[in-house]
Amino acid sequence: MRSRLRAAVAVAVALVFAAPALAMPVEKVTSPGGITAWLVRDTSVPVISVSFSFAAGAVMDPEGKEGRAVMVASTMDEGAGDLDSQGFQGKLEDISASLRFSAGRERFTGALRTLSARRDEAFGLLRLALTAPRFDEEPVGRIRAQIVSGLQRKAHDPDHIAGRAFVAAAFPDHPYGRPSDGTVESLARIAPDDLRDFVKKYLARDVLHIGVVGDITGDELAKRLDRVFGALPGKAEPFIVPEISPRGAGERIVIERNIPQSVVMFGQKGLRRDDPDWYAAYVMNRILGGGGFSSRLTEEVREKRGLAYSVYSYLNPYEHSALIMGGTATQNARVAESLRIIRAEWRRMAEEGVTGEELAQTKTYINGSFPLRLDSSSRIASMLTTIQVEELGIDYIERRPALIDKVTAADVRRVAQRLLRDSELLVVVVGKPEGLATGQ
Amino acid sequence: MPKSRFVPALTLAAGAIAVLLAIAAVPARAVVFSPKTFTLPNGLQVVVVTNRRAPIVIHMVWYKVGSADEPRGKSGIAHFLEHLMFKGTKAVPPGQFSKIVARNGGEDNAFTTSDYTAYFQKVARDRLELVMRLESDRMRNLVLTDEVVLPERDVVLEERRSRTDNNPASQLYEQAQTALFLHHPYRIPVIGWKHEIETLTTEDAMAFYRRYYAPNNAVLIVAGDISAAELRPLAEKYYGPVARGPEIARHRTAEPPRHAAARLEMESRRAGQPSWTRSYLAPSYRTAEGQEAYALEVLAEIVGGGATSRLYRRLVVEQGVASSAGVWYGPNDYDRSTFYISATPRGDASIVSLEQAVEAEFAGLLKDGVTDAEVERARNSLIASATYARDSLGAAPNVIGRALTTGGSIEDVESWPDRIRAVTPEQVTAAARALFLPARSVTSVLRPTPKPVPPKDGKS
Repeated sequence: MRSRLRAAVAVAVALVFAAPALAMPVEKVTSPGGITAWLVRDTSVPVISVSFSFAAGAVMDPEGKEGRAVMVASTMDEGAGDLDSQGFQGKLEDISASLRFSAGRERFTGALRTLSARRDEAFGLLRLALTAPRFDEEPVGRIRAQIVSGLQRKAHDPDHIAGRAFVAAAFPDHPYGRPSDGTVESLARIAPDDLRDFVKKYLARDVLHIGVVGDITGDELAKRLDRVFGALPGKAEPFIVPEISPRGAGERIVIERNIPQSVVMFGQKGLRRDDPDWYAAYVMNRILGGGGFSSRLTEEVREKRGLAYSVYSYLNPYEHSALIMGGTATQNARVAESLRIIRAEWRRMAEEGVTGEELAQTKTYINGSFPLRLDSSSRIASMLTTIQVEELGIDYIERRPALIDKVTAADVRRVAQRLLRDSELLVVVVGKPEGLATGQ
Repeated sequence: MPKSRFVPALTLAAGAIAVLLAIAAVPARAVVFSPKTFTLPNGLQVVVVTNRRAPIVIHMVWYKVGSADEPRGKSGIAHFLEHLMFKGTKAVPPGQFSKIVARNGGEDNAFTTSDYTAYFQKVARDRLELVMRLESDRMRNLVLTDEVVLPERDVVLEERRSRTDNNPASQLYEQAQTALFLHHPYRIPVIGWKHEIETLTTEDAMAFYRRYYAPNNAVLIVAGDISAAELRPLAEKYYGPVARGPEIARHRTAEPPRHAAARLEMESRRAGQPSWTRSYLAPSYRTAEGQEAYALEVLAEIVGGGATSRLYRRLVVEQGVASSAGVWYGPNDYDRSTFYISATPRGDASIVSLEQAVEAEFAGLLKDGVTDAEVERARNSLIASATYARDSLGAAPNVIGRALTTGGSIEDVESWPDRIRAVTPEQVTAAARALFLPARSVTSVLRPTPKPVPPKDGKS
């Protein structure tokens, strides 16, 4: 059994993934009014998924009104046109469609999913929500209370506390350091007119990208694009986010909480999505801590020593900054030991890079697993939107394997040396870690 | 609640649970998955769901064993064994399983609940044979030593701290289950009690493994770019030679009738937000009489299924006494299921006024019943969820696996929409009246510890 299995594995690794990631071609659809969307037509299930993304988000929250973008996203489907909140939600339920908006730091996104038989009504509701949202007092007050309730709960969640403290230390006096969900005080200051102001200024066609998957033709989609998105303003108001290099290098912040397990978050300056070394860093991170059981951090912290259930690292690019981050959670007595091991792995990667075997295996994983993500129409639609946002090109899905394959061990080592400095990590610990205190 | 061996970066502790709840909320779909099934001579049932949208497959093995089958005093052994199943066989060295899958471009994981333990890999079509070889190998050939078992026990203890001990709402939920189930093992947490996890041994794990891990106690499900005709020779080649194990009959301790409602109140400095939950023992698909479980699914949709449901509309929108309100019911349990009602107060509303508002809604429901229009809308919404389930590769194997390991059949899965369609308003009202008996309820309340009043002359 042993030799037979080993042989099979060796052969498998040598194989190249020949099958295309996506069975169907990506089509660029342009409406008569000039709105474009990328479409993957798939008639195997009578469903249509639409994904869209505006370059807008919590960074545009006015000082003192933090949480505005999140409130817009949570109230845009709470009444539009002639329909009040219950009327709008009732129509969506009548046709079994779902419509969601979501606000991140720098993107305002939405997703519509409908049975293709009900697409006329579903696209109509999307148009109403985008172009005639009501922001009535009742739903605005109700949603505000829900966000406040969530904030009060999260105020005691060690993961949330660590995350907040980390970005506040890394991005002081910058929109990235402010809470996207706002605070109890800032939410109280946000009025319906503030929400209307956000929509009017920032949800415009020139900052919009759209991905569609499912049972609809390109011709039909072209006409519907103008109906749904045509009434949006043509141009968004300019908004400038200052560039910022993450601060707090080498600092350790300990926030005492009476819990049996400390939550640890760490990070430092990373690299942006459009950096020439992005793919090298992507491969490097997978080997360092982004690859679950195949990563060094999991091997050293979890598998060998049983210190944690979860330990990981990830690239966290912003549009005007970048981080490489990581986290773990371990009993209070073993936080210091865990951090020592994590720092040692950070250093080892910077000093030694990766082996040829690690590199080859990781590339096979990255290229082989990519198509696994494309397993539902909504996930494919969202991927189509992201590829447009990142300006990766309509042939990106076909080109991506070559971009990964091109990465050499020297590339990985260069980018590791550039990014990973274990003594400069900003570390946040929430819990009662033994023998650790705030300091350098 | 299911416990998973590994939570990928960023999804953190709630991730695995959320995934499984999401699947539960999209119940089996009828005439839709069109699965094919056959059984090997060693008793392994094989199910194939063909889906040619992408050249990928999901390969799952489900064992009909979970935490409710554990020996007394060994709580957590089912879940611990799930972790240990990645620790190697004679052919595969410890810790290599997931690495082999990954370097073949695949993803893998596993999860444990009260009733079943499942292992899965998602791979390109041309790597299916590899994962079948690996999975069938560990069905009978697991090798465990203290060297790998003991660090993994520490990992599980850290997992328990992350999921439960660090979170007061989870601690209260754990206690509430012990009040809801007086005697049945569903009262014991899937991950186990801390003091018992600490004493689990290599031999405990091996004994559990030898007893329950065998083809005649398992279901193999493959979904994706493959047909039954293509899969059968592979199933015969890899799983066919695995020896049949002892015959297993599920003997669960029966739950006695309960006569008194229970109430748990927990105050915690670590709770930022009060919350209120009431749960009732409810029938599962397997234990229900007639259409009862389907009627309760329709009821759950009417009462708590979204923004226009009764509870949300009345408590959150109209009265403004709650910031959230909803219900949860999933009849996919081998024994009794649970119907949960939960709400959080809005602003200064008290738990008492919230509780009274919920009770008033249910009193009205039991008195007047549900309307034809409500039932019609709920049925349509549930039936549509089945179409949406076909849009995702993962839904079919999960829905089918759950059914087959909790006493259901493929026929049950496939006729689910028809059974939902057949539910009448009278059945929904009758099911509600049979379910919501005060003596069957457990109410749990979580309150933040009031902050001490700061001294008036303190630093400002």
